Amino acid sequence: MSIYGEFLVLPKTTDLYLLRSRPPSEKLIDLTFRNVVISMAAMVAVVLFGILVLVFTGSVESMGRYGLRFLFTSDWNPVNNDYGAFAAIYGTIVTSTFSLLIAVPLGVGAAIFITENIIPTRIREAIGIMVELLAAIPSVVLGLWAIYVMEPFLRPLLSGLHEYLGWIPFFSTKPIGPGTLPAILILVIMILPIITSISRDSLNQVPKKLREASYGIGATRWTTIFKVIVPAAVSGIAGGVLLALGRAMGETMAVTMIIGNSNAFNWSILSPGYTIASMLANQFGEADGAQVSSLMYAAFVLMVLTLAVNVVAQWLVKRLSLKY
Amino acid sequence: MDSKATHNTSPQICIGMENVTIEYNGSPAVRNIYCDIPSEKVTALIGPSGCGKSTVLRSFNRMNDLIEGCTLKGKVLFEGKDIYAKNVDPVEVRRRIGMVFQQPNPFPKSIYENIAFGARINGYTGDMDNLVEQSLKQAAVWEECKDKLNESGYSLSGGQQQRLCIARTIATQPEVILMDEPCSALDPISTLKIEETIHELKSRFTIVIVTHNMQQALRVSDMTAFYNAEETIGMSGKVGYLVEFSETQKIFNSPKEKATQDYIQGKFG
Repeated sequence: MSIYGEFLVLPKTTDLYLLRSRPPSEKLIDLTFRNVVISMAAMVAVVLFGILVLVFTGSVESMGRYGLRFLFTSDWNPVNNDYGAFAAIYGTIVTSTFSLLIAVPLGVGAAIFITENIIPTRIREAIGIMVELLAAIPSVVLGLWAIYVMEPFLRPLLSGLHEYLGWIPFFSTKPIGPGTLPAILILVIMILPIITSISRDSLNQVPKKLREASYGIGATRWTTIFKVIVPAAVSGIAGGVLLALGRAMGETMAVTMIIGNSNAFNWSILSPGYTIASMLANQFGEADGAQVSSLMYAAFVLMVLTLAVNVVAQWLVKRLSLKY
Repeated sequence: MDSKATHNTSPQICIGMENVTIEYNGSPAVRNIYCDIPSEKVTALIGPSGCGKSTVLRSFNRMNDLIEGCTLKGKVLFEGKDIYAKNVDPVEVRRRIGMVFQQPNPFPKSIYENIAFGARINGYTGDMDNLVEQSLKQAAVWEECKDKLNESGYSLSGGQQQRLCIARTIATQPEVILMDEPCSALDPISTLKIEETIHELKSRFTIVIVTHNMQQALRVSDMTAFYNAEETIGMSGKVGYLVEFSETQKIFNSPKEKATQDYIQGKFG
């Protein structure tokens, strides 16, 4: 045997590969892991379903008594056991819609500004960090700021709005302090970082080659952004808007502090109002009997609303998204 | 460098470079290039990786403007005018000098819209259906597309997508078409089809093509510029420069420079 041959000969010892036949213990570990993962995943569904069922059963009493009338009246009288959540439902829809109307252009615009090379990278990064810090402010702090700083500061402006645009039902009352519009503005601040950061991520994910394709055929920056980049990122942006809408509908603390908590229905967004979330937060403490059931009913309505919005938005995202 | 020969064979100069140095964040990628690219001919830029041939190509229609920290010294003349002059709008430059990229990059829109979009941007007011058909025919992809103009551009194969991109560029009616390794992501059959397309197009457009494939340069081009890169004292990394620019036949059969000969024969790169 040559001196090289010695290196080429491998010892024929299959028993060095101990795991070639798998021992039962190892198979058991695999099986256990699989079952643990499945049960953890199932937990999410169980919790979601459980909450839905509990809220529903809790509200059955109130549903039976008031039926759909609950959704279209706005009495809230524990003495006579007369309940209606129209003001709160209206407030929820109005605050979330208006805050989205303001925050979407702002947030998407900011995201475009951060992702495009209009200004130097360092400034863009600084703005990006600030947007994320905005999301870190606790909502109770924002609420406090809204009451003591923002609302007094804005009141002259809101009065002007009433004076000149008072013929529009939305501005038909005199601003007296806390109200729906300040709540909308505080919601804008709260959902802006969500929209901005998710839009920025999805804009960043648009392949560079699409941008080059657009510039390469002589498109301007404007055309490139609004005809190519944003449409390519629209499914991600819509996802961010959806999350923001969920937050706006469910946001409790800051809204409760600034919205005025009045169950008296009024079209005007300058008057004090209510949202379902703020109503729940305000009333659960001293509620019992029929009132608890009515609160459950309102909570159920809120859940159905967010669920409906989610379904519609998912469908919309599917229709809008471009494949590349 | 043999720019005199260029003048003799083709008096029409389309793109001229005068002492062009392109830098990324202060460190040069290519330096001191003088080169006159003739009109209505196919010019190939060849050279090893990292010699800056793509960078040079992208400087012809100011695509490098999109890269932060990229600066250009010297002059790039298009029909005698400096395209880097202060009063020149890069968008207009790109409308007259179109580009086909390394990766096929159709828009996530229908095949029809891929063509129509660019034409509309450039202010085309004629018969759009006709333009779409003509452009796809010129890019030799009409047969594959004619029955599915409303389907996404991404429903096509890679080679078809690249020809769609060529059609999109043709539809904007530029004077020059720049191609940055248009076949590097394609199979040999698609590559041949693109090369046939280039042959079709060279009667109407000035074409500048970057390629890694020397056989391709030999097959499609009239003129060839060979770029090389070398370590420079005091600089980090390699810096590209133009070694030789002449008719393709001369470059491949009787190159003047030793480096060109070595590269052609596959000794490096």
